[in-house]
This record gives sequence, structure tokens and C-alpha cells, in this order.
Amino acid sequence: MLTRRIIPCLDVKAGRVVKGISFVNHRDAGDPVALAALYDAAGADELVFYDITASSDERNIMVDVVEQVARQVFIPLTVGGGIRTVDDMYRMLRAGADKVSINTAAVQNPGLIEEGARRFGSQCIVLSMDARRVNEPGAAPRWNVFTHTGRDPRPTGLDAIAWAKQVVALGAGELVINSMDADGTGAGYDNELLRAISEQVGVPVIASGGAGEPAHLLSALRDGKADAVLAASIFHFGTYTVGAVKTYLAAQGVPMRQPPQGTL
Amino acid sequence: MIAVINYGAGNLPNAVRALEHVGARLQVTDQAADVRRASAVVLPGVGATADTMRSLQTMEMDAAIRAVVAQGVPFLGICVGMQVLAQSSEEFGLHPCLGLVPGVIRRFPAGLKVPQIGWNQVEHAETPLWQGIPSGAEFYFVHSYYLDEADQGQISGRTEYGLTFPSALAFNNITAVQFHPEKSGRWGLQLLKNWVSQVAGSQ
Repeated sequence: MLTRRIIPCLDVKAGRVVKGISFVNHRDAGDPVALAALYDAAGADELVFYDITASSDERNIMVDVVEQVARQVFIPLTVGGGIRTVDDMYRMLRAGADKVSINTAAVQNPGLIEEGARRFGSQCIVLSMDARRVNEPGAAPRWNVFTHTGRDPRPTGLDAIAWAKQVVALGAGELVINSMDADGTGAGYDNELLRAISEQVGVPVIASGGAGEPAHLLSALRDGKADAVLAASIFHFGTYTVGAVKTYLAAQGVPMRQPPQGTL
Repeated sequence: MIAVINYGAGNLPNAVRALEHVGARLQVTDQAADVRRASAVVLPGVGATADTMRSLQTMEMDAAIRAVVAQGVPFLGICVGMQVLAQSSEEFGLHPCLGLVPGVIRRFPAGLKVPQIGWNQVEHAETPLWQGIPSGAEFYFVHSYYLDEADQGQISGRTEYGLTFPSALAFNNITAVQFHPEKSGRWGLQLLKNWVSQVAGSQ
């Protein structure tokens, strides 16, 4: 049976992981290679590296980071942040990424999804979206897609479910659904949003934003019908280990991959 | 020397890194002549069978692969590298493949999330290829199509996704896996190591 995936997400700035200082008592907790190896050993099913650097110089550092990680960690790697062209995708895939994640660039140019899928295959193209509830209180739920969600969120006017269907039709192989309402709250994923999208598309849906405890991951998988869960802070700050979360989910009847001991 | 066929497949660098990690000495090549001289051959892959077949034909690799397989040279196909061994594929219209194993490449039935992406169990026989790997261990899969109507005697591993399909073949000098051992962590590396040792032992 296909297992559900637990995917830690690491933010990288100028080649350094910027969260997760308390994750391990490692001499260098900002080292992406060391952190990737630790997450692999802990049972992470995949890793996402998200480049939050602004300048293109620093983006070249990301290529080196991906290459170094791919040399030592043999689980799937997704790279996001700053990928705007098919050439950007190619550079990351050649460096060792298995998938690339695009968000704002796809809103600005949906053809990028199609181009990327045609050249590298749909399995390489992860579409990430930031969605926020826009319905009046008491009305039927509705979510719109936003870009530039860091400091100055910009509405796109796109309905999240319609956008999800559109990007899958264009060739996206997986969707990361990030709830702006839930993100950073630690109060749980927006399971209603996840379920609405998961039931409408035929590709895997990855939950993002809001995890504060293992029960939130369980409800995203069960109630939100997500195929995988992305989480950052609950792992990075050492609140829960990937292994403990997987043991809990397995005990709740969720198919989980239990990692083998040792390395080769 | 193990030749790894370079036909532009996306996962080539990662397959190479994983094989080197377990001690293989490799020659990455796009030359059919190199493949014909190799002591073992790896065909990695990700993507569509139709594109892959076209690339192999353009490079005259199709004939080279048939020749080395006929000579008994150990051959490892990964993902699409397994699928192109079949008689034919229904992906983007029915088309012939290398015809080295019985079976047809078919899309997973409707109602499932396709592609299948993630870690799934492989139930396998106790053979040297699986040495040190428990039956039911998880491997990483990314695919929309699977080998149907395989020869039961050639199947070495089976996986369930809506239906039960052959996730590994092993017979004579042919080994083929639908999953990505280069991305399957500890067990994936163990499988590659087992194959590399078998290849070294057969020389």
C-alpha cells in the first residue's frame, strides 16, 4: 500500500538553513547537508528546500547546496523559490533535485507549467499555491490565490479550486496547498480547503501551513484527504521528531514508511 | 566497466551518484559502441516510453541493448528503463518497445491518484538481488504506467496500487525495477549494491 509522506521543509538563505537552530545539538545547525542527513536518518520521506534569497548571486549558491545534498542523501528532493524559467528548472534538476516547485511564476505565466512538464515530465513539476478564505462569514467557503505572501500579499483574483484544476490540466504533477489563514498559527491545517482540492484533482495533494502537533497531520491526511504533509516549525524547533510523528500516525492506522536503521 | 546510458533522462545524475556511492565504477555514455563493449549496462529513466524509445533509436541504443542482452551482459533498467523492455506501451498511443520481456505498459485504472508518487512496499522473493532487504520494505515510486501481462516467472517483486503490479523483474541477465532505487534511501542503495556485487562476481 502506498504510504503517506511526511515532508520537512527547510528555508535556505544564501546557502544556510535559517530555521531549526534548536533541532539538533549539532555544531552547525545551519548546514543544509547535515540537516538533510539528519532528517533522512529520522525517517523523512522527502525534503523540500525553499530558497528565500533575493539576489541571483545567492541563487547560484542554492545550486551548490542541492548538489551537495544530493551527493549524500538518497531520498527525493524538491527545490522551490526563485524558479522562473525552464532553464532555472533544468539547473536545479541537473544539480540533483527530483522536483521543482513553482508558485508566483506560474500565476504570472501558466505556460511555464506546461513547458516544464513537457520538457521534464509532470512528476518534476510541483505547483505550490498560497490560498486565503475570501467568503463572507456564514457563506459557503471560497478561497482565492495570493502571491508575494511574505510581506505584502497580492490577490490574484483566482479561485483556488479553479486554479488547482487549471494547473493539473497544464501538467502539474503534485500540488502543495498552503493555507495563509492557518500558516504560522500552529492550530492545524485548513482541512476544508485541502479536501475541496483533493476531491477535485487526480494528482497528489500536499498539505502545508498550520501544523502545531501530530494530531494536525493526522486530520490533514484523514479529513483533508491529503496525500502528504509538509511541516516546518514543529520539526525544526525540536518539538516533535519525524520518527515520533510517524509512530503516532502509524498507531492511528495511517500507512507510514518506517525507516530502516543504519546507512550504506 | 558498467556503462550508464545517457539519453537525457532527468534522473541520470542521481542514478550515477547512487551507483558510485555503493562503489560502482561507471562510464556514462551516449555512444552505442561503448554500451556494446561494457561489462554491464544501466538504463536509468524517468518520463514517457514513447520519448525514451525515440531517443534510444536515434542513438542506435535500441540495437545495442538488444545485442548486449542477447550476449548475457548484466542489464539493469530503472523506471522507464524497465518499461521500455516490454513488447509495447499504451502511453501516448500504442507503440512498440524493445520487446525483451513479455507484457504491455498500461496506465493505472481510473479512480486512483496518478502518478503514483511516494513510498510503497515491495513483496519479493529471497534472491541475491534482495539480500539484506526485508520483503515488504518501502521503495520510492513515481509513475503513471505499469507492466501488465508480465511473465510470472520473471517477476521478482510485486507492489499493490489499486492493483498488484510487477515492481521488479529478475531473470537471466536482466534486472529491472519500476521504483527509483537511487531515491529509496537505505534499501535502494542496498539493492544497487547487491546488483553491483552480482555484476562484479559474474565477470
